[in-house]
Amino acid sequence: MSGKRYVAAGVAAGAVPLAVLLVFFVVPLAGMLERGFVVDGRLDLGPALSTLGRSRVLGALWFTLWSATVATALTLLLGVPTAYALHRLAVPGRRVLRAVVTVPFVLPTVVVGVAFRTLLAPSGPLGFLGLDGTPTAIVAALVFFNVSIVVRTLGPWWDSLDPRRAQAAAALGASPLQVLRTVTLPAMLPPVLSAASVVFLFCATAFGVVLTLGGVRYSTVETEIYLLTTQFLDLPAAAALSVLQLVVVVGLLTVSGRARRHREQPLDRLRTTRARRATRSDLLVLGVTTLTVLLVLAPVAALVARSFQADGEWSTAHYRALGDADAGSGAAVPVTTALANSLRVAVDATVLALALGVVVAVLVTRRATRPSARRALALFDAAFMLPLGVSAVTIGFGFLVALDEPPLDLRGSPWLVPVAQAMVALPLVVRALVPVLRSVDDRQRQAAASLGAGPFRVLATIDLPVAWRPVLAAAGFAFAVSLGEFGATSFLARPTTPTLPVLIYDLIGRPGGDAFGAALAASVLLGAVTVAVTAAVERLRVPGVGAF
Amino acid sequence: MKLRTTALLGTTALLAVAGCSVTGGSEDDSATDDTTVTLLTHDSFALPDELLAEFEEHSGLTLEVVRSGDAGSLTNQLVLSKDEPVGDAVFGIDNTFASRAVDAGVLAEHVPDELPGSAADHALDGDGADRLTPVDWGDVCVNVDDTWFRENDVPAPKTLDDLTEPAYRDLFVTPAPNSSSPGFAFLLATIGEYGEDGWQEYWQRLVDNGVRVVAGWTDAYEVDFTAGGGGGDRPIVLSYNSSPPFTIPEGGKRPTTSALLDTCFRQVEYAGVLEGADNPEGAQEVVDFLVSPEVQAALPDSMYVFPVDDSVELPPLWAKWAEPAPAPVEVDPEAISEHREEWLREWSDVTS
Amino acid sequence: MPDAGLEVTDLTVTFERTKAVDDVTLALPEGEVLAVLGPSGCGKSTLLRAVAGLERPSAGRVRFGGEDVTGVPTHRRGFALMFQDGQLFPNLDVAGNVAYPLRLRRVPRGERRRRVAELLELVGLAGQGERRPTTLSGGERQRVALARALAVHPRLLLLDEPLSALDRGLRERLAADLHDILRAERTTAVLVTHDHDEAFAVADRLAVMRAGRLVQQGTLEEVWRHPADADTARFLGYAAVVDRSAAEVLLAGAADGDGRLALRRSALRLDPEGAVHGQVTSARVTAELTRLVVAVDGVPSVDELDAVAGLDVAVRAGQRVRLRVDPTRTAPVGRPSDPPADRSGAPL
Repeated sequence: MSGKRYVAAGVAAGAVPLAVLLVFFVVPLAGMLERGFVVDGRLDLGPALSTLGRSRVLGALWFTLWSATVATALTLLLGVPTAYALHRLAVPGRRVLRAVVTVPFVLPTVVVGVAFRTLLAPSGPLGFLGLDGTPTAIVAALVFFNVSIVVRTLGPWWDSLDPRRAQAAAALGASPLQVLRTVTLPAMLPPVLSAASVVFLFCATAFGVVLTLGGVRYSTVETEIYLLTTQFLDLPAAAALSVLQLVVVVGLLTVSGRARRHREQPLDRLRTTRARRATRSDLLVLGVTTLTVLLVLAPVAALVARSFQADGEWSTAHYRALGDADAGSGAAVPVTTALANSLRVAVDATVLALALGVVVAVLVTRRATRPSARRALALFDAAFMLPLGVSAVTIGFGFLVALDEPPLDLRGSPWLVPVAQAMVALPLVVRALVPVLRSVDDRQRQAAASLGAGPFRVLATIDLPVAWRPVLAAAGFAFAVSLGEFGATSFLARPTTPTLPVLIYDLIGRPGGDAFGAALAASVLLGAVTVAVTAAVERLRVPGVGAF
Repeated sequence: MKLRTTALLGTTALLAVAGCSVTGGSEDDSATDDTTVTLLTHDSFALPDELLAEFEEHSGLTLEVVRSGDAGSLTNQLVLSKDEPVGDAVFGIDNTFASRAVDAGVLAEHVPDELPGSAADHALDGDGADRLTPVDWGDVCVNVDDTWFRENDVPAPKTLDDLTEPAYRDLFVTPAPNSSSPGFAFLLATIGEYGEDGWQEYWQRLVDNGVRVVAGWTDAYEVDFTAGGGGGDRPIVLSYNSSPPFTIPEGGKRPTTSALLDTCFRQVEYAGVLEGADNPEGAQEVVDFLVSPEVQAALPDSMYVFPVDDSVELPPLWAKWAEPAPAPVEVDPEAISEHREEWLREWSDVTS
Repeated sequence: MPDAGLEVTDLTVTFERTKAVDDVTLALPEGEVLAVLGPSGCGKSTLLRAVAGLERPSAGRVRFGGEDVTGVPTHRRGFALMFQDGQLFPNLDVAGNVAYPLRLRRVPRGERRRRVAELLELVGLAGQGERRPTTLSGGERQRVALARALAVHPRLLLLDEPLSALDRGLRERLAADLHDILRAERTTAVLVTHDHDEAFAVADRLAVMRAGRLVQQGTLEEVWRHPADADTARFLGYAAVVDRSAAEVLLAGAADGDGRLALRRSALRLDPEGAVHGQVTSARVTAELTRLVVAVDGVPSVDELDAVAGLDVAVRAGQRVRLRVDPTRTAPVGRPSDPPADRSGAPL
């Protein structure tokens, strides 16, 4: 594809997501940093730098890195075998289980925080563990949230991985564990690293969970930024922390990007992989999967149980009230209306994230002959990960500060929320697609090109047949993410049409009445809708559509 | 052939869903004309739809409500976007953030003509008096589970000092002041009670007596409080003076909890017109609307707060069981604005 | 040459400062098949990819039919490329793969079916259109890839080691088929290979590459009869190259070229009437003949030469023998007037 016109088309296509990134991320971030670093029209780093010396800030940084690292490791430890079991083994009900493990990701963090505390508080069923208010509880909640990322990014990959390599190794005398270690895991490394970097970013910027479960003793860089910005208006300190966050994120992306590039290679693919029956050697994997499902189900069960209790008795009262405007809960709109809002916003966000994500993933995986072009593509790739790693508070406030003049006065625009959610889902879409597209042997594209297929035909006939399942999976995931997104959404000015998570947050903080019960019932509803949507996507992509 | 069909189907499906989306479907024509007025408020804002509709009909304005964050977040957003405000009017700045907003000059002068007389009790001093109109108030008080104390044959505590007594060891739970606004109100209550130099020692005693500090009010009330429905293990919780009526059991006559009226800090919420508003007249009408008898009467049921207008009738349960603190603890708003960060840091040092 | 098919002029492809293809000039008339022969890593595949438009040359031009295609994207060149492992599209069945370029060109369905059937027939896979690529053997895969590449009568067919991945018997059979098919379709083709047998079986013309440079090119006969230098001779399958003095002994007179002589393994044959004398070092009986290693009188002892004998003659190591040289199995090395340089690419 040496035609200059196609290079130009590629650059033009890349410009669209870049422009979105610029307007909705770089400009607001720069706006906040400017407020922090420029005092009376002059660059003054003094106040910002002195922030970094505070012992509280250092403690927060240390705790952030520690908790994110531990949580990422545990998430992988649970998620990788679970993805394997739910995609490769004929586990009964695995389709439902796949949907179930997605639920945590969309539950509002506040609700999950309460669900966790219900379990772990000294008076709760797991109170004897003594985990209430400990770092262990925070890590457990982070794992709870993020295990779905691992399962959902690795699952489709595992679906399309040719099992014959493993079979060849087995034929050479490798035990199942050795096969796993020497054949399967190395092949899995790129998507695992991909998922790991996303999980780490999510953990390192987790906000609601840390605030609820960490109580007051444990703060992270993210909660510090929140406090500094929303409570103290100490912008120099917040800016310093934002830069710190950015530095950590860029460092992480560099390391993981380097590790990935060396390993993302073409794979032999088989079109359909049939799940095989579990054997005794799968016991470990099945055990871990059970553990994952329990970890996911326990807080969810606690949540469901409490949502069915009113006045100390079992009752469906909270559910019956979901369609009413206030029904004693004081909600601004009926929960059902908020759900409809959520669904509409999620459709927009999904379309947006998918459109941008596909463009980014396709461009990033094109073959660049010049080293300079290769470096440019790598940077392009990494740039779209950044929004995950930077505080939603900073960006949310940045919108107000920076996007206040036409033509960029987008504050209050109905596009703002879908765009913000798309920015959160975008890296997930990109990370899900890039390894898949990289696994396509470039010579397939070259063979097609030599037969007369232009770049778009190559995409449609070579990349798409391999990538459409992951694209569909990514779409379902983006949809789920957007359904549950709260952090960014809550800091953006938004119209009278609250999304369901926002309404839930609103209800849960309301003292008195049935608000708490309504919030729980609404959370269960949100979870149920998510399960339904992801299960529908799963169904959609399983039966014979593959043959075209 | 099959390939093309699939592509076609995919595209059609995509367009179909995009068509039913908010932004694709009903592009609303919210141009900045002077019949639209935008009210900025916090997440907990809620008023019955009929009231808002009535207002629109009455005034000929289209009211857009934009909610974002809590009172602190709201105030700081206003301060940051003061040159190009995102709305016309604001509701939800409380007395702990009021002086920051006033000092930053984000508010224009406006006092409703028909301000209820009783509102004066809640008015700010100085500059703020003409810029922020009190709309509602509520007392943040320590609540106790009377049933628990009766069953355990322990007399319930009465004062802040009582909470540090050995009899109440490991019984009190409160949300943290740095992550919860009632939590901060409680910190202010202790500062008002023990003075700027004495509260630290009081908190030390609380800690020694086993206070549990959690992140939010919901957490404290719904998880740890014995009467909160979550089967918690702490019979003393920080909540509101309006909480007891909600604990009247089905078929019962009296609440099973009560608020300790000597431990209260009064939170007042204000509304105002934003400096540089596109539609200042509309904004004034919104502020006037918020102190109208209709809205004032709706406040207890929709936002769980007391109206500043004491002539409106309270819901019967409130009238009977939600008692105002006779002499709530007071802290000067200026001092709050000045020392907020310092107090929170000191508080962190004492409790961690 | 105005009606020339492919013309490559001064082509250089650089990877991170090393020249994979270094100033290569070659030409191929329409309808002929050129084999580019060279050891692995000599740059022959890169040359092919540059012709296909998959590598960007740092210098030089590629023309076809007089038209400069250097800046034309791959898919607009009207060429077709076939890889060593076929690179069939796994999501399409055999017929779908063959029909792929036809569909790109919006060939109507009936016509497409007819052409696919014809092509499958041509490559010996008639009626197998519905098989999936994963169920095909290596040879079948290459046949499908070939049919796919030929489907729309490419102006130029580029074959990257098309037979190397196959086992020997299959390779020979398929090479012969490939030769016939290319002639039947009158296809202009460039074949890249490291196997001289493959090159001879398929091509009309030969270009030899080494270390990025074109060492020699010409018709099979020209290159075969006059290898440009000793390395080329060895690469073409000559078992030994002897210097002038040895050549004079063997030919009873000076060899052509620079005086050196390349010998195939069967250039010396045991013959009681033979003019060359020598002593057998070893003898080994094979299915068709006896292979000998002989120390020839007058030839330095380091250059022990291969020879053959009929199975009817019993030969033992140590025995003195007489040998006859078969001149058709020898070739003078280098060109008479040229030094054995690397730029012997004679004008065609």
